[in-house]
Amino acid sequence: MAIWLTKDSKVIVQGITGSEGSKHTRRMLAAGTHVVGGTNPRKAGQAVDFDGTALPVFATVADAMKETGADVTVIFVPPAFAKAAVIEAVDAEIPLAVVITEGIPVHDTAAFWAYDVSKGSKTRIIGPNCPGIASPGASNAGIIPADITGAGRIGLVSKSGTLTYQLMYELRDIGFSTCVGIGGDPVIGTTHIDALAAFQDDPDTDAIVMIGEIGGDAEERAADFIKANLTKPVVGYIAGFTAPPGKTMGHAGAIISGSSGTADAKKVALEAAGVKVGKTPSETARLMRELMS
Amino acid sequence: MDLYEYQGRDLFDRHGLPVLAGGVATTPEEARAIAERLGGRVVVKAQVKVGGRGKAGGVKLADDPEGAVAHATNILGMDIKGHTVHKVMLTVTADIAEEYYFSYLLDRANRTFLCIASVAGGMEIEQVAEESPDKVAKVAIDASVGVDEAKAREIVAAAGFPAEVADQVVDIAVKLWDSFVSEDATLVEVNPLAKTKSGQVLCLDAKVTLDANATFRHPEHEELVDQAAVDPLEQRAKEKDLNYVKLDGEVGIIGNGAGLVMSTLDVVAYAGEAQGGVKPANFLDIGGGASAAVMANGLEIVLSDPSVKSVFVNVFGGITACDEVANGIVHALTLLEQRGERVTKPLVVRLDGNNAEAGRAILDGAANPLVERVDTMDGAAQRAAELAAAGV
Repeated sequence: MAIWLTKDSKVIVQGITGSEGSKHTRRMLAAGTHVVGGTNPRKAGQAVDFDGTALPVFATVADAMKETGADVTVIFVPPAFAKAAVIEAVDAEIPLAVVITEGIPVHDTAAFWAYDVSKGSKTRIIGPNCPGIASPGASNAGIIPADITGAGRIGLVSKSGTLTYQLMYELRDIGFSTCVGIGGDPVIGTTHIDALAAFQDDPDTDAIVMIGEIGGDAEERAADFIKANLTKPVVGYIAGFTAPPGKTMGHAGAIISGSSGTADAKKVALEAAGVKVGKTPSETARLMRELMS
Repeated sequence: MDLYEYQGRDLFDRHGLPVLAGGVATTPEEARAIAERLGGRVVVKAQVKVGGRGKAGGVKLADDPEGAVAHATNILGMDIKGHTVHKVMLTVTADIAEEYYFSYLLDRANRTFLCIASVAGGMEIEQVAEESPDKVAKVAIDASVGVDEAKAREIVAAAGFPAEVADQVVDIAVKLWDSFVSEDATLVEVNPLAKTKSGQVLCLDAKVTLDANATFRHPEHEELVDQAAVDPLEQRAKEKDLNYVKLDGEVGIIGNGAGLVMSTLDVVAYAGEAQGGVKPANFLDIGGGASAAVMANGLEIVLSDPSVKSVFVNVFGGITACDEVANGIVHALTLLEQRGERVTKPLVVRLDGNNAEAGRAILDGAANPLVERVDTMDGAAQRAAELAAAGV
């Protein structure tokens, strides 16, 4: 087992005919993901060949679900069309929508989040501006490289893509149940807390790596949640101790506003909740290794 | 992107919000022309993106154009908390009877928008919230519904605005929401929102932050960028589509992925503590598919920073394979030589992840005396800090 994405997940790709969409569809298939099709209203009815696997293109997510039984969509459409793509996925009530797209205006993200809530939150949204979710050895929905690590018993949730890969790599001999990249935008769907709660309930996860960065107070709220609800050990890492206030550091959400959103405040909150926080990614991996030995 | 007050005032004006007549000047003579056009008493306000300009002497009242020229002369060029004043805004004056506060902002934690309103305005809202929290109304706004007249009346009631200004504040609340949404703002703040002695409600200040991700549907927002205030290296990086932030240290940083680069800055700063306090010189994320051309552009920007004494290239091969990245670095150095840039600063390169062995072999094979390979992030940061300290 794993959280949210398993070997039985049937995945479609919104934007399957685009350059990013087709490149990563090929990679997901190579990783053993059960990709069953994609959408593009202008190319509905056609099939796209991926090294011998012909995948059908549908007009809408609802059509794709009806024909294929898909329960996960990975969204690669450009920022200007992302809001409509997510709303379409929510309307189809697909259980999981993974939004890879970077650069979506925050009003659009807030709008599709509010829409999902107004429809009863039947769709879990991961992202936007995230690398997706991978359950090593079972399925891979997004752009996380599948060959870094195999299956194991660590769960990982992170705002950052490359730091996720770095930690997966350093702990590749132990392996991971599921790795969730929740994204670096100021408004995101699935949060650290959602993933922590799911890992706590997952019988195949023994310990959790949580990666945060400057901006907002998601890590502080996660610390409160850990203190109140988690019995499994959590190791943390926070990036951005040396980032100056008022400057956006790559991710749209990575900005210290005044005195709020600092890495120090997050580290203090996590440590107060009993989380061991590594000073560097390698030290974080070491802390987890000690826990698992 | 934070706007200057005059830009925010113009934006409010375009959306039908009540603002004072005014104009912006970069010279005392321009200030005179505006004061003459406005007539009577005027306020001269320093345009800086920092609070506390009144206390710093950046806001002055002038009785006539001569007075406006005198104040503009004093204020232009003034330093307010490290910000040099290049522009002043002049407006007509208002007889203020009461000062309120009104804003819409992004509420990250609740993934929606928030209205903050108070009848105690004119000072920092954080201060009001601390001293008299009962005077600050916070009303969540459903992003899919927005602020219509009914919602505006709810806000007005929650904040306890006096009955005689309620209709005006409702109108302002609706129009301000319209400006917030249609301009893709993440903050619109009016402090003070003032009632004049004649009973009119006016927006006397404008603080606006726009969402940089929405520029694709607001090409006109590009014109609001203050080119004079942009760091020249950041400007050059932006022209090359590079995600670069200038910092004030000595170790140039290039990496892939925002989180990894932020982490690299931290690790270099820790290592630098033992090296006389050398620090990272910049943030530069070259993204996932780091081609030779992108690497060359990145190296060119980082190496052209005179304070850089060493460079740390920190790449984790995820989607991109490390052999491609290694080829990128080797080709980038060749490209720079061909462009006539003599590279003299040492590079420390750490490659890990996908095809790391092949990548390292390529760097070793190229045997560029400036390139030093260290295979762990912590070790490479240590070496880059040492080299920077030796080169200072």
